[in-house]
Amino acid sequence: MTGLNVENITHDWGAKRALDGVSFSVAPGQFCALLGPNGAGKSTLFGLLTRLFTPRTGRIEMAGHDVSRDPLRALSKTGVVFQQPTLDLDLSVWRNMLYFAGLHGITGRVARSAASEALNRLGMEERARERVRDLNGGHRRRLEIARALMHRPEVLLLDEPTVGLDAQTRSDLVAHVHGLARDTGLAVLWATHLTDEIWSGDQLVVLHQGRVLEQGEVPVTGVALTEHFLRLTESEGA
Amino acid sequence: MRHALAALWVICLREALRFLGQRARMLAALVRPLVWLFVFAAGFRAALGLSITPPYQTYISYETYIVPGLCGMILLFNGMQSSLSLVMDREMGTMRLLLTAPLPRWWLLSCKLIAGALISVLQAYAFLAICALYGITFAPLGYVTILPALFLTALMVGALGIALSSTIKQLENFAGVMNFVIFPMFFLSTALYPLWKMAEASALLEWICRLNPFSYGVESIRFALYLTPNPLAWGVCVGASIAFMALALWGYDPAKRMIGRKF
Repeated sequence: MTGLNVENITHDWGAKRALDGVSFSVAPGQFCALLGPNGAGKSTLFGLLTRLFTPRTGRIEMAGHDVSRDPLRALSKTGVVFQQPTLDLDLSVWRNMLYFAGLHGITGRVARSAASEALNRLGMEERARERVRDLNGGHRRRLEIARALMHRPEVLLLDEPTVGLDAQTRSDLVAHVHGLARDTGLAVLWATHLTDEIWSGDQLVVLHQGRVLEQGEVPVTGVALTEHFLRLTESEGA
Repeated sequence: MRHALAALWVICLREALRFLGQRARMLAALVRPLVWLFVFAAGFRAALGLSITPPYQTYISYETYIVPGLCGMILLFNGMQSSLSLVMDREMGTMRLLLTAPLPRWWLLSCKLIAGALISVLQAYAFLAICALYGITFAPLGYVTILPALFLTALMVGALGIALSSTIKQLENFAGVMNFVIFPMFFLSTALYPLWKMAEASALLEWICRLNPFSYGVESIRFALYLTPNPLAWGVCVGASIAFMALALWGYDPAKRMIGRKF
């Protein structure tokens, strides 16, 4: 199976175990919600998935490429939206897109057309000349998603991408990324602690204190999922 | 290869756009050495006598003597400022974007280094142009031969800055390191006084200056300006650049746990 494969990842920060034997996979076309409270280890997992740092044990495969052994191929197939914004606020939307394109080896006319297409897909084309500093939070997030899709990745990783957004923008983004997984066959890993971002039919991985408590198809949605999640984490924390 | 060059181009372009957007930084980069030239050097002209030492073949004014040192000062401050931008990038998150690009990390950091060095060299030339307007001129060919010396020195101090930035968790800490690195490196070098003058003051100071790689950066610029080869200075600069870059790569190694925490 291509998409994303995480096998038995363990990672420590000093004496503290941040991730403990984490395993799960996301198939192409699947939207997988990584649900966990603050401090569950989601951001550590994202750091490992994007090779900002490497795990001591375990294996991560991105679109069929081992992240430790073949990091460049793995990263070229991965789109990432970090929790913390990674835009250059003083550059224009367009310049931010071309900067990213260059980092991925896309240049000239191909870069301009990829940037234009990606912005258009996220409804951001008319803002291309604006400075990122002048955009609101929702538009900045859309820009980051547009940018992450520019090099046509096979796996899209989003670490709590809706933090700080209003309800409508949040809902639009969630719907858009669900659509991307469904229509383009993208494998999506969406980290969140908000259960209303998870739809029926999604895959679910519940991460708590660095361990996977549950995984599989979402059993219930909405308030019932919140209660289910709280029961799981409380019984584990007790 | 095409991919690597595309990344170099966009990183240089971003650095240039950021520099142009920061007018205060541009101004400060030029005002600092000019103040030294117009105020400090003018005041010390009478107090300091300079004997004829290579690469000089005749007596020169103190202002003429310190121009290579002030070029070095521009490179040193700007090199550290570029590294400061790395710490800022890390705090602002843009560093993640750079480090998750599908290119070897050594190349990504080298691109940052080259981009910073190019900006530094441009500033040094702007300073030399103002010096020329002030009446301090050099042989026309000297302005050409100085280019590799400026670039190499910029690479050396920039690599040191990147190495330092990998050990710093917050922007605030970086200011302290700058005070402990920039000022000692600048004052304990041949930028302001020749080695024999330092030796007159203290043998220890002279040795510190001899051990300071920045001295060799300044001397490579000075000798290049007078079309005189200085293999020792070049050798030290190349060696120090490689050593500092190796330290920087070690600092940004993804397998190192320390750096992971900062992202």
